[in-house]
Amino acid sequence: MPKIESSFLDISRLDALASQRTLIHGLDPRAKIVTTLIFIFIVVSFPKHEVTALVPFTLYPVVLIALANLPPGYLFQKVLLAAPFAFFVGIFNPLLDSEVLIHLGPVGISGGWVSFASIMLRFGLTVGAALVLVATTGMNGIGAGLEKLGAPNSFAVQLTFLYRYLFVLTDEAARMVRARSLRSFGIKGTEVKVFGYMIGHLLLRTMDRAQRIHQAMLCRGFTGELRLPVPLKFSWRDMGFLAGWSSLFILMRLVNIPQWMGLLVTEVLG
Amino acid sequence: MHMADALISPAVGGLMWAATAGLTVYSARKVKEELDDRKVPLMGVLGAFIFAAQMINFTIPATGSSGHLGGGMILAILLGPYAAFLTMASILTVQALFFADGGLLALGCNIFNLGFFPCFVAYPFIFRNIVGAGANARRILTGSMISAILALQMGALGVVLETFFSGISELPFSTFLLVMQPIHLAIGIVEGMATAAVVTFVWKARPEVMELAAAPEPLTRVSLKPVLVGLLAVAFITAGVLSWFASASPDGLEWSMARTSGKEELEAPEHGLHALLAAAQKATAFLPDYGFKEQEQDKVVPREPAAKVQEVESWPSVNGGTSVSGIVGAMLTLAMAGLIGFGLRRYQQRA
Repeated sequence: MPKIESSFLDISRLDALASQRTLIHGLDPRAKIVTTLIFIFIVVSFPKHEVTALVPFTLYPVVLIALANLPPGYLFQKVLLAAPFAFFVGIFNPLLDSEVLIHLGPVGISGGWVSFASIMLRFGLTVGAALVLVATTGMNGIGAGLEKLGAPNSFAVQLTFLYRYLFVLTDEAARMVRARSLRSFGIKGTEVKVFGYMIGHLLLRTMDRAQRIHQAMLCRGFTGELRLPVPLKFSWRDMGFLAGWSSLFILMRLVNIPQWMGLLVTEVLG
Repeated sequence: MHMADALISPAVGGLMWAATAGLTVYSARKVKEELDDRKVPLMGVLGAFIFAAQMINFTIPATGSSGHLGGGMILAILLGPYAAFLTMASILTVQALFFADGGLLALGCNIFNLGFFPCFVAYPFIFRNIVGAGANARRILTGSMISAILALQMGALGVVLETFFSGISELPFSTFLLVMQPIHLAIGIVEGMATAAVVTFVWKARPEVMELAAAPEPLTRVSLKPVLVGLLAVAFITAGVLSWFASASPDGLEWSMARTSGKEELEAPEHGLHALLAAAQKATAFLPDYGFKEQEQDKVVPREPAAKVQEVESWPSVNGGTSVSGIVGAMLTLAMAGLIGFGLRRYQQRA
């Protein structure tokens, strides 16, 4: 259980990172959301045996991590924690595709390992970009940005609402779990029946809470539509961020920079 | 169960995004039409509840492992399909952003797999038909079990299909299917038990809560039609627009051709550093040959061998050189990216 509690503590750490004030944090959420989506889309659009051309894309997370004053080790750890699904699906590639694709002197590397490396690289890049987005924008910023980008108001409100009460309810659940384990003298498992009671009580309390929130909202003049209080202004700087990165991504999609540099170097040495 | 960005192609990701966006807009409109503004905070708090509930585990009878509540079914039972779909979408968005579960491009796939099937298929067509008007403990148990199992089976099938059509993983369709479906049968049974336990408790303690969801406007076949029609239209349009991406990387066919021609024995001739470097020099001489592949980029010809390594298969001498230079170049690029990051960090700390 401490493990799960700490994983939620983690959210608050990302939240704390998002409340910094740097050049990147000051950008409009829309600029960052759209740039992140373009980044992911382009990274994913490479053919499946591509590895080298993906490497330059590390520039985007690296630059943002540096400028936004984010802890790289911590983000890397979060990326690793999320890896299992991509890893276990990807690891079958080397088994199923053993055609030798790259020859390094006497050593042949099969196409499966190449595409596996490609999958893991894609995974790191896409997940890293998403984490950087959260850590520089925060949930409220993302909610407001999504709404301005055309997402339905009720979805944006739902997103911010969920995030607001996530901390409250996970605290409550953690207290319930601790209370149960203290009373059951360290017996590990919970029966389905006890589980049903616990979750059921939590659910009823949650619904009561929703009712109180609703009444409080009515007192404050709630009419059915919620306005998100994050003022947004799309300035030239945001435009520059979006256009600059997007054109760089497109350039890196069209030109395999590492291949080109490597040829230059090996040729000079040769 | 969450799809990952790394395993999907832009065409599949974009298509599922479009489908999910359409469903979200449609559900948002429906929720608004219901004019029940109590649901606004209720949806938000229940979304948070699903996260909290996942912290409480139970022991699966007869095994050592533990399970927890997944979410889709219980939300549909408590909120009705439209509000539940929106809530599920928000849960998966938060998971993608904060826990790096899945990814942003795969979010469309994930919301579809874990939101659409329980909310728009399993709940209205299975759970409602079984539990219906006269709820009792046994009906709730069977209804929850069957609908949770079927929702997860459909979701798992969705994952398999999305992976297969993306073509990034080498897993053959049938193998992946045979792995995924039984695993999700087990997960579905656990999910069904958990859902039944909670729903039974709520039904006993406060039956009016469930009525709340059941009361407004029953979901019939007729009202599901626009969703399906819209989905199909969106799917066709997106597939049309995005299909050029698929054709822009025609490596699947070429790769299988290279494989069937089986060139492994050709790799032998050169060994050692000298041969590799010589090959690297020779590589430049070969390069013009690939110019015709992408006419618009004959200025940047050197990228060709790496982008289409598989084509070079039949010229092992080129192959060795280009892969070495590719690796050297990749290292250099990484080092440069790292240096840039380090430099910027220093600059940032001084500023």
